[in-house]
Amino acid sequence: MKLIAAMSGGVDSAVAAARAVEAGHEVIGVHLALSSNPQKYRSGARGCCTIEDSHDARRAADVIGIPFYIWDMAEEFHDGVVENFLSEYADGRTPNPCLRCNEKIKFAAVLDRAKGLGFDGVITGHYAQMQETPLGRVMHRAVDPGKDQSYVLAVLNTEQLAGAHFPLGDTVKDQVRVEAKRRGLYVANKPDSHDICFVPSGDNAGWLRDRLGSDVGPIVDEAGTKLGEHKGAYTYTIGQRRGLGITIPAAGGEPRYVLKIEPKTNTVVVGSHEALAVTKIVGDRPIWCGPTPTENAEFRGFAQVRAHGSPLACTYLQTGSEIKVDLDEPLFGLAAGQGLVIYDGDRVVGSATVAHTE
Amino acid sequence: MAIYLDHAATAPINDAAIAALNAQMRKLGNASSVHNPGRAVRKDVEDARHKLSELINANPSEIIFTGSGTEANNLAIKGFFWQSPTRNVIVTSAFEHHAILDPVEWLVEHEGAEQVLVPITKAGVIDLDFLKNIVATRGNEIAVISIMHSNNELGSIQPIAEVVKIAGDIPVHTDAVQSFGKVDFDFEKLGVTAATISAHKVGGPLGIAALILRRGLDLTPILHGGGQEREIRSGTLNAPAIVAFAAASEFAIANREANFARVRELRDYFIEGLKKSVPDVSINSVIDPALPGIVNATFPGTESDALLLLLDTEGISASAGSACSAGVPRPSHVLVALGLSESDADASLRISIGTTNTKAEIDQVLAVMPSVVERARNAFVVSGLK
Ligand SMILES: Cc1ncc(COP(=O)(O)O)c(C=O)c1O
Repeated sequence: MKLIAAMSGGVDSAVAAARAVEAGHEVIGVHLALSSNPQKYRSGARGCCTIEDSHDARRAADVIGIPFYIWDMAEEFHDGVVENFLSEYADGRTPNPCLRCNEKIKFAAVLDRAKGLGFDGVITGHYAQMQETPLGRVMHRAVDPGKDQSYVLAVLNTEQLAGAHFPLGDTVKDQVRVEAKRRGLYVANKPDSHDICFVPSGDNAGWLRDRLGSDVGPIVDEAGTKLGEHKGAYTYTIGQRRGLGITIPAAGGEPRYVLKIEPKTNTVVVGSHEALAVTKIVGDRPIWCGPTPTENAEFRGFAQVRAHGSPLACTYLQTGSEIKVDLDEPLFGLAAGQGLVIYDGDRVVGSATVAHTE
Repeated sequence: MAIYLDHAATAPINDAAIAALNAQMRKLGNASSVHNPGRAVRKDVEDARHKLSELINANPSEIIFTGSGTEANNLAIKGFFWQSPTRNVIVTSAFEHHAILDPVEWLVEHEGAEQVLVPITKAGVIDLDFLKNIVATRGNEIAVISIMHSNNELGSIQPIAEVVKIAGDIPVHTDAVQSFGKVDFDFEKLGVTAATISAHKVGGPLGIAALILRRGLDLTPILHGGGQEREIRSGTLNAPAIVAFAAASEFAIANREANFARVRELRDYFIEGLKKSVPDVSINSVIDPALPGIVNATFPGTESDALLLLLDTEGISASAGSACSAGVPRPSHVLVALGLSESDADASLRISIGTTNTKAEIDQVLAVMPSVVERARNAFVVSGLK
C-alpha cells in the first residue's frame, strides 16, 4: 500500500513508520505543522509544535530512508481544535482536544489529503489494535494497558478507521524504545508528551484566562448561598476540590467539590462529594467505530470518560442521535464536553460527547 | 529516473571545479603564512582571484571572498548601513532574496534602520519611477540601494544600469547570484558599488562566494579576526574552494552563450508543452530579458507542497517559495510582490532548467504533469471542503 506516516518527531511515530516500511508498504513521512508560528504555542522539547520536533521527525525519516515533507495544518488545527477548545470552555464544558485532533485533523484533513494525492491511508504511532472481522474492521485496546490510546481514537468512524494504521498496538512501550535504539532512531529516549500540545508549560488555567479573560464571579453552594469568589469559572473542573479559596466551612466540616460551572452567570457551584455522583450519562454526536449497535436496544458494556480512566460496567442504548448510559456503580465528577467511549470488552464500540448527566 | 529541475537552488558541480578542488585540497599551507607553502597557496588564491576578476571585469583587489552569497549580502547591507551613521534608510526591491530582506529587517528591529521597498511591476521588474521619487525626496537619508541583478523565481533581469544612474552618489549593491555565469555580468560597465556572486549556482562548490566591492571603499565588517580580505572579512582563506570557484566560473563563462541558447530553448519547449498538458496553467516568470532557465507557473486549484511531493515521487525535483525554519511552506513573497493572491502564490512552482537537462527529460516531465496536477487538485478539493 501507499501510506502517509504522520511523524510527530517522537519515538512512537518513528517506529510505526519504520515498521510499515519493513512490512513492504511505500511510505512517505509527513510532519504536521500545527502552528503557523511554531514558537507560538509552546517552546519546550516536547509536544507537537516545535522546530525541534520537526527536525527530529525529518531526521527519523532520513534514518528510515523515506521521503519527508512538512504539511501546514495550522489553519485546520486552529479552527478545528484550538477554537473548539476555547468555545467549549467558554460554554462551561470540558473538551478533550486530542480526541478532536484525531477526529478533525489526523484522520480527516490529513487522511483526506493523503487519499486525494493517491495514497491509501495514514500511519500513526498510536497504541491501539485493529482487527478485521466479517462485519468490517474494528479497533481494540493496545496490549500495553499503560499506553492504550483507543480512548482518543474512538472518534474515528468506519471510513476513517479503514484508512488508519497503528503498527504499535501489539507492542509495549518499553519494547518500542528498545526497537527505536536498534533501528538507530535517536529519538529513542525522548520523553513522552503528556500535556495539551498547544498550551505552554501545561498551564491550562493561565492559558484560558489569557484568552477568555478573568471575570470575577461567585462561588455558591447548591442552595445559592455565596461562599466566595473566583477569577474565571472555566478555570475550574467538575470534581475539583483544591484551590477553591472558600473560607466559610461547610456544615460538618466536609470538603467541598466543584459540582457545576454556569458560564452565563459566571457561577461556580460547589457541594458535597455525594452530589458529584453520576449514574446516568447522555452523550450526543455518536460516532461508531465499527458496526453500529441496533437502535434502542440495550447492551452491556463499559463506559470510559477520560483517557486513562477506568472502564465502568454499564448498560447502554443508542437512539440514533444519542448514547444513553446506565452505570452499575456511580461515578464521581463528570463534566459536559468530556468524551464518552463505549467498549465491548476490549473492543471500541463508539463514542459520544457528554451532554448531560444525572 | 531522476530529473533535476532545481538549478536555481544549486547547480551540479562541474568537472573543472572538482579537479581544481581535489588538487588544491592536497596542498598544505595557510595563504596568510610567510613561509614557502603559505606563499604557494597564496599564489593559487591570487591566481584564482585574478581569473575571477577578469571574468566579471573587476579589479582583483575588488573581490572579497566570503563563505556564502548570504554572507556577502549581509556584509553589503550591514556594512554600508554602519558605514554611514547619518543615513538610516535602506532601499531594496520587494522581491529580493531573504539574504537581503532579512538583514534589512534585522537592522530595522535592532539598529533603527528604515526599510523602503521598491514595488514590482506586472512585468516583473522594479518600479523605476518609485525609485526616482524616493531618491529625489529622501536621497540624503539613504545608506544603500540594493536591487538584485536577476530574480531567482521570475528570472527577470533588472535595470541595474538605470538604478545606478538614478542613485547618483548613493552606494548601489546588486545581488548577482543568479546572473553570474548565465547572463552578461560586467562589474565595471554596470557601475555598481558592490555585487554578490556565489559559486554553487555556477557549477562551483558550496560555501564560497564573493562580494565585489569597488576599490578604495571601506565597509564595516561583520566578522572580525585576522583581517584577511581587505580588513573587511576575516577567516583563513578557503583556498580549495576559491580555486574551484574560479575554475567553475571560467568553464561556465567560456560556454555561457551556447548554454544560454540551449537552456532557453529547453525552457521555451517546456512552457509550450506545459500550456498544452495543463491548459489553465499561467506563467509568472519572465521570458525576456531574463535568465534562460527559470519557469514559474501557477496551477490553479492546487497547493505547491502537494505538487512538489507528487513530482518528487516521480523522481522530479522542483521548488516553490520558501519555508520557515520549521520547514512549513510559505507562499512566495516574490509572487505576492508581483501581485498574485496568496492562494495563487501558494499554487505555484518554480522549475529551473540547467545545462545538464535534456529535451527527453522535459518530455518525461510533461508526460506526468497532467496526472500530478489532477492528484494535487483532488487533494486540494477534499481538504478544501472542510
Ligand atoms: C538571489 C540569491 N541571492 C542569494 C542567495 C544565497 O546564496 P548562498 O546560497 O551562497 O548563501 C541565493 C541562493 O539561494 C539567491 O538565489
